[in-house]
Amino acid sequence: MTPPVLEMRSIVKTFPGVKALSDVTLTVAPGEVHAICGENGAGKSTLMKVLSGVHPHGSYDGEILFQGSPCAFKDIGASEARGIVIIHQELALVPYLSIAENIFLGNEHASHGIISWNETLKHAAALLKRVGLTEHPQTRVADIGVGKQQLVEIAKALAKEVKLLILDEPTAALNDTDSAQLLLLIRELQAQGITSIIISHKLNEIAEVADSVTILRDGRTIETLDVRAESTTEDRIIRGMVGRDLDHRFPERTPHDGDPEARPALEIRDWTVHHPIDQQRKVVDNVSIHVRRGEIVGIAGLMGAGRTELAMSVFGRSYGRNISGTVFKDGREIRTRTVPEAVAQGIAYVTEDRKQYGLNLIDTIGRNITLSALPKVARRGIVDEHEETRVAESYRTSMNIKAPTVFEQTGRLSGGNQQKVVLSKWIFAGPDVLLLDEPTRGIDVGAKYEIYTVIDRLAAQGKAVVFISSELPELLGMCDRVYTMAAGRLTGEIPRAEATQEVLMRHMTRNTR
Amino acid sequence: MGPVTTDLSKSPGDKPQGGPPPPDRPRSSATRDLLMDAARRNMRQYGMLIALALIVVLFQIWTDGVLLKPNNVTNLVLQNSYILVLGIGMMIVIIAGHIDLSVGSLAAFVSAACAVMMVEHDIPWVLALVLGLAIGAVAGAWQGFWIAYVGIPSFIVTLAGMLLFRGGTQIFLGSRSLGPFPEGFQKISTGYLPEIGPATNYHNLTLLLGLALLAFALLQEVRDRRRQKEYELEVLPRNLFLTKCVALAAAVLAFTMTLASYRGVPVVLLLLAALLIGFGYVMRNAVVGRHVYALGGNRAAAKLSGVKDRRVTFLVFVNMGVLAALAGIVYAARLNAGVPQAGVNFELEAIAAAFIGGASMSGGVGTVFGAIIGGLVLGVLNNGMSLVGIGTDYQQVIKGLVLLAAVGFDVWNKRRVGS
Repeated sequence: MTPPVLEMRSIVKTFPGVKALSDVTLTVAPGEVHAICGENGAGKSTLMKVLSGVHPHGSYDGEILFQGSPCAFKDIGASEARGIVIIHQELALVPYLSIAENIFLGNEHASHGIISWNETLKHAAALLKRVGLTEHPQTRVADIGVGKQQLVEIAKALAKEVKLLILDEPTAALNDTDSAQLLLLIRELQAQGITSIIISHKLNEIAEVADSVTILRDGRTIETLDVRAESTTEDRIIRGMVGRDLDHRFPERTPHDGDPEARPALEIRDWTVHHPIDQQRKVVDNVSIHVRRGEIVGIAGLMGAGRTELAMSVFGRSYGRNISGTVFKDGREIRTRTVPEAVAQGIAYVTEDRKQYGLNLIDTIGRNITLSALPKVARRGIVDEHEETRVAESYRTSMNIKAPTVFEQTGRLSGGNQQKVVLSKWIFAGPDVLLLDEPTRGIDVGAKYEIYTVIDRLAAQGKAVVFISSELPELLGMCDRVYTMAAGRLTGEIPRAEATQEVLMRHMTRNTR
Repeated sequence: MGPVTTDLSKSPGDKPQGGPPPPDRPRSSATRDLLMDAARRNMRQYGMLIALALIVVLFQIWTDGVLLKPNNVTNLVLQNSYILVLGIGMMIVIIAGHIDLSVGSLAAFVSAACAVMMVEHDIPWVLALVLGLAIGAVAGAWQGFWIAYVGIPSFIVTLAGMLLFRGGTQIFLGSRSLGPFPEGFQKISTGYLPEIGPATNYHNLTLLLGLALLAFALLQEVRDRRRQKEYELEVLPRNLFLTKCVALAAAVLAFTMTLASYRGVPVVLLLLAALLIGFGYVMRNAVVGRHVYALGGNRAAAKLSGVKDRRVTFLVFVNMGVLAALAGIVYAARLNAGVPQAGVNFELEAIAAAFIGGASMSGGVGTVFGAIIGGLVLGVLNNGMSLVGIGTDYQQVIKGLVLLAAVGFDVWNKRRVGS
């Protein structure tokens, strides 16, 4: 057996008050693609930060051996000098600089501080070719899509003579086509002798690209599995991650077909939205959908299908320009031209981007929960803080938000708990219709299940739920009916009984132009 | 005084990390945890209070006790009143995620307008006062319109306002200084509460007011503690609570006696107290105050939660305009003249006060009480350094370093606690 390229032995890392890693061992064989998975907070990102020198040598206990020799990285530059490059979940590119400038940022082709542009462009073009991009190296990064930006990140890593490439949830922001291309590229790099570590929540991706997978839970290594082995199934991995058998990934729910005679709680007719900058472009094109009380209706679509744009434009015209169409609530036409109007009509929109659009991260759990319906805990414009605390406390308990008190800053919570705060906020607002946009994005399996339960409970209470998601199994497991969208248009309406991943995907990729 | 006391009693509930203490934990360690948590969470505010106390003690010793002599304490209040008024408004602007560079010029403009009205047109001073405040409101609305509804950054709009209002002042006054003002107008800044009752060695009304304030503060403390218990929140243990009440009482009494042994409560101090309590209450307890914090903390999220961002931003600037006008009026009354160079650099002092008092450049953080603390730190430094004969040249250097140190401490502290 060949000696491992990387060995991390008994890594322990503590933050004030928290033990993030309590005993992690990781062994990576040369030339393999090694996946790391685990629930949020299991220690995956911390482990990678230890490896790449973000947490410098001395701030953790344990040993790291790379290519057989011990490492003591004092910063990220030191690890890059050895050929270990990490690509973070949030892309670290400068939007208004060109691709070439970004690739060589901090690593410029220069002599005596003067950059040689000819050499830079030539080298950049070669690197772009290696990652399969045809863009000109002088294109601004802001002008290319997220998927291509991810490839630029990889080109940047290649420029640093990477030997071990670490990717932290590389496909989280990508659509399926871009994801597939990225995974293919990782395979190609593997053929060129580059070892990769990939952190991912998407088990099908791991099955597709990885050779072995290490599972972390609560800051410990649980096991390392050979992905190619027959016994390594998705359920097997999930069991390792959560430490329990998860035979029910979705709550048991009685399908609600809705009374077809009943008036829909929300109906959107002939909805068209134009892009806010490129005003000729229709991002939502003549879409009509409806949802009844007690029903959970999914919207499936690839990135760019216009699902978020549809929901946000309905919710107080929070997106887009030149919007046309009508909205009916319980058969009556309503105005939802501003967010307060939409809220007053009993509509809630739970954003896909909780950090940017959902929470005030520097404020407490309690104050975030009450924000959209402050008058409910106020009298004559004065907030009753005791009442507010009581309300927040009741949501902390009922939604199982893991925090010692409701006075905790939301910025300190894990993704799943942040999502529960956002959901609490909108449940507290008391809506009849909830537009949920990727409510389980980037959160761990256990928290997902809890959120499914909440959604199910809401529907059982007679709320109408629109469930936008990129994860097909989730839509199949939760929805009574699924709409599919592609390129701004509605391409299908599929009842629960007929919905399979294949059927949905076929509609999602249907070209109607 | 309201916001401080509530803050202190509230913070023990704010327990970061660690979970609630198990019931069987020994009492003393639970108490220590409570105190430690309270201290950690309010580091900036406590830090600045302690710094203020240290500065006061330092200058008290250095000036051989002149600093805290009754006439100097009164003087300190009068000297800094307009900066404190501006500081309150500026704090709110900064919490909302904006900045206002125009307040010094606007204060000058309003003081000039009042001078012209009273001196040249013999308009009654009360009417001039009201019109002055109205001018402030209109000026604030003008800037608020461009910022909130058109979307021009506040830095630009108020930089323009700074030039605009300064120019307006000079057009009004030329190089003249207009005065004197009717006595009633002067009293805004130089008046004291009237003497009443039997001749003691003290100012009777001041003593009464002090006692009333004390009673009110203690009552508030007790009520708050009771309500927190009702809601089963954690409260300070009994003996600590008593210690706190005694300390509070001592501070209020000492301040009252000091003022009472000179000429009593200056009118402008009453005004400041009203502003502090009023705005402190609004920012802490009113829906609109909460919306300001939400906007500053995360504008996009606040908008999507139904906060009327434009209207709130607009109102914040109208409010700032009125407070700037008030500051201009207080300043003019103290000077007893409208002068073209009034209010130069006031905006910078107010901004410095807000940041020393705990505001954050990115918005969403800070308290009205903090602005007062920040303003007092600057004021005591000014006053103390003048008393010991440090020139204005060195005064500026020292104030600059204090601002840097205060914010630097905050950044360092956040980095240490966070991440």
